[in-house]
Amino acid sequence: MTPQIQTTTEAVDQVFLLIFGISVVMLLGIAAVMVYFAVRYHHRRHPQPTSQVSSNLWLEITWTVLPTLIVLAMFYYGWAGYLALRNVPEGAMEVKAVARMWSWVFEYENGRASDRLYVPVGRPVKVHLVSEDVLHSFYVPAFRIKRDMVPGMDNYVWFVAPEAGSYHVFCAEYCGTGHADMITRVEALPEGEFIAWLARVEDEGAGGEDLLRRHGCLGCHSLDGAQMAGPTFKGLYGREKRVLSEGRERTLIVDAEYLRRSILQPKADVVVGYPPIMPDYEGRLSEEDLEAMVEFLRTLQ
Amino acid sequence: MSSYFDTAPRSARGFLDSGESGGGLLSWIFSTDHKRIGLLYLSAIVCLFLIGVLLGLLIRLELIAPGETLMGAQTYNAVFTLHGVIMIFLFIIPGIPAVFGNLMLPIQIGARDVAFPRLNLLSWWLYMLGGAMAISALFSGGGPPDTGWTFYVPFSLETTTNVSMAALGVFVLGFSSILTGLNFIVTVHRLRAEGMTWTRLPLFVWSLYATAWVQVLATPILGITVVLIILERIFSTGLFDPTRGGDPIMYQHLFWIYSHPAVYIMVLPGMGVVSDIIPVFSRKPIFGYMAIALSSLAIAAFGSLVWGHHMFTSGMSDMAILVFSLLTFIVAIPSAIKVFNWVATLYKGSIHLDPPMLFALSFILLFSIGGLTGLVLGAAATDIHVHDTYFVVAHFHYVMFGGTGFAFFAALHFWLPKVFGRMYDRKIANLSWGILFVGFNILYFSMMVVGLRGMPRRYYDYVPEFTVLNVMATVGSWILAAGLFLMFANLLRGMLRGAPAGDNPWRAATLEWSIPSPPPAENFAADPVVTRGPYDFKGAGLS
Repeated sequence: MTPQIQTTTEAVDQVFLLIFGISVVMLLGIAAVMVYFAVRYHHRRHPQPTSQVSSNLWLEITWTVLPTLIVLAMFYYGWAGYLALRNVPEGAMEVKAVARMWSWVFEYENGRASDRLYVPVGRPVKVHLVSEDVLHSFYVPAFRIKRDMVPGMDNYVWFVAPEAGSYHVFCAEYCGTGHADMITRVEALPEGEFIAWLARVEDEGAGGEDLLRRHGCLGCHSLDGAQMAGPTFKGLYGREKRVLSEGRERTLIVDAEYLRRSILQPKADVVVGYPPIMPDYEGRLSEEDLEAMVEFLRTLQ
Repeated sequence: MSSYFDTAPRSARGFLDSGESGGGLLSWIFSTDHKRIGLLYLSAIVCLFLIGVLLGLLIRLELIAPGETLMGAQTYNAVFTLHGVIMIFLFIIPGIPAVFGNLMLPIQIGARDVAFPRLNLLSWWLYMLGGAMAISALFSGGGPPDTGWTFYVPFSLETTTNVSMAALGVFVLGFSSILTGLNFIVTVHRLRAEGMTWTRLPLFVWSLYATAWVQVLATPILGITVVLIILERIFSTGLFDPTRGGDPIMYQHLFWIYSHPAVYIMVLPGMGVVSDIIPVFSRKPIFGYMAIALSSLAIAAFGSLVWGHHMFTSGMSDMAILVFSLLTFIVAIPSAIKVFNWVATLYKGSIHLDPPMLFALSFILLFSIGGLTGLVLGAAATDIHVHDTYFVVAHFHYVMFGGTGFAFFAALHFWLPKVFGRMYDRKIANLSWGILFVGFNILYFSMMVVGLRGMPRRYYDYVPEFTVLNVMATVGSWILAAGLFLMFANLLRGMLRGAPAGDNPWRAATLEWSIPSPPPAENFAADPVVTRGPYDFKGAGLS
């Protein structure tokens, strides 16, 4: 663990404090003077204006120069704080965050993948941001970090979790129907627990439900019948569905073959009433994983 | 207006009298009289504003509790997109220039009309056509657009909703804006009355003049950008698609090169309104006339160079962020100068807190909050945290609604008695101002706090810890709506049945108050000769 790393939160909050402090003073000043003048020189108390002065060069210079100095100071500290967000401390752990409509997957260097971002407490983490479709944005309010995920572009953020805990991750760039559901968490674990978690590669997590979670399926399909962007998985197997196949509507019974095709080439048969927006999984799943997922769906009643 | 025709003697109806034609619809929609065109804009814009308000109330109602309350995600996305498109392209960009610019600019400079009256009528028709196209996108093609008013790629290229039609509507609206700007520039240069020097121009005219340049220079970029969107959608040209050598970030640059200067198209005329109202109700000349006039030009110039501050999280280079952050802070200075000069105008004046003044003074306060929260967004470090959260939503509502919206209301209360020759109930107007002001702050201050705590925009659902602040905001929206309703009802009743207002109810010194209310068809019986400044109440014999 690297001692005494300034967290991103500390770097940004100093700037917040500076700008809000000055802003509150200025706002109260303006409001107080305005209200005082409006009361003091109200026409009932002050029936005739007692000044017709319409300009004063020194006043104009004063209230041009002073705000200029103030905003330049804000600019400088704002920039310094921003650099702290860009300069990743040495020895940072690297994770890849993959966003798609509308789920997150976090991939670790040893091949572990998860729908939550598990990190060790006190160790800086550099997150590489990858989008597979449209713009998304990786936002962790607790750490004051945000960066857009742009298809074809390599962006990153870094942060360090100062204590164990669970922190919200939001998608902050509008990405369609499921935008507000694109929420997950950073789970900050003590170093030892994290190492143990990381070492549990796949094995006991290879159950169907874990696979569905890891590949982002549960971002759009619920397990409990809840209405989300895609049809629920609950009781899906054996049910009759109206689908759109190459522009023609037809009815089919959900079986293992249909489930396989809907995962690998989802646009082949689109359930009527849902938009054709699911990405293809062709070539992205091993045969075993695919079988495990289909088997899980078959038994989910 | 019918009851007006019934009760007023014909000679006192001014431009509202249609003579032999009898006042049918055709005598309005084909009129080239700048005042009639102004009223055409007013009726269309107020109707669209009320639709926008209704959509805003629906958004707030959905957000009164976490989860799906009133509508699903897809409906919600269409509703906030429509709210944004209507409020920005159909209400606040054309708002003050198209309504009060048309009604008052020619009279304020002593002209009989704008330089190109028929072009002016064409602008209104383009506005109506563009508006109709944008709204027809709801009911045609793949259904209501769900992209947000920014049409960000690649989502706007992939969605099956009718983005192309909405974008085409925006394209047409852009022409309306460009032509109005062009018309005003030529009018100010060529049609000023004898003696109406540049330093005797009312500050409202200065602000419209600065705005017009931005309209003419920046709007073409918007036109190009939305055409590119349509081409991408129809022909898949790949300009913004990284897998084919395109770039989504380039789209954002193109979009904001117009849409940030557009913020100044929205707010500069509002500043002009306030600059005209404050001296009248303080009974003394505006403080720092030249500083306010020149700061309008400075805002127009620097405001065109700060678009990148919408993109600090986009992945744009750090060098670009450095430059855009610096320029953004620079553009804050002329706005601050205006605020100080407005407040200084009150000093040792004789303040009358009539409705236009209440709206103008609250403009200063709300605009200051909007401006100061803008500093948080200009600083690179803090922008990262609040970008695309409710903090931004609160910020731009303070600027656009608390600023431009309140200035629009100030202008309604200030100039409608001139336009219709009738006065509204001032007590009710003051009351509606109070309700609006309270509701406004409850609504948007709650949003600001929930944004600071991290709630992203464009979420129809949210995590439970944001509930209390969202409930407060929704309650605020109801108070705001009550204030709006009262205000518009009072104005409408006043314009139809109010007591005669007289030619100069506010004892103002600009030219529009020297002619009858309502103004006659060609404004001036004889071309005026100007011998004094716009706020010289002593010289005008009004002190």
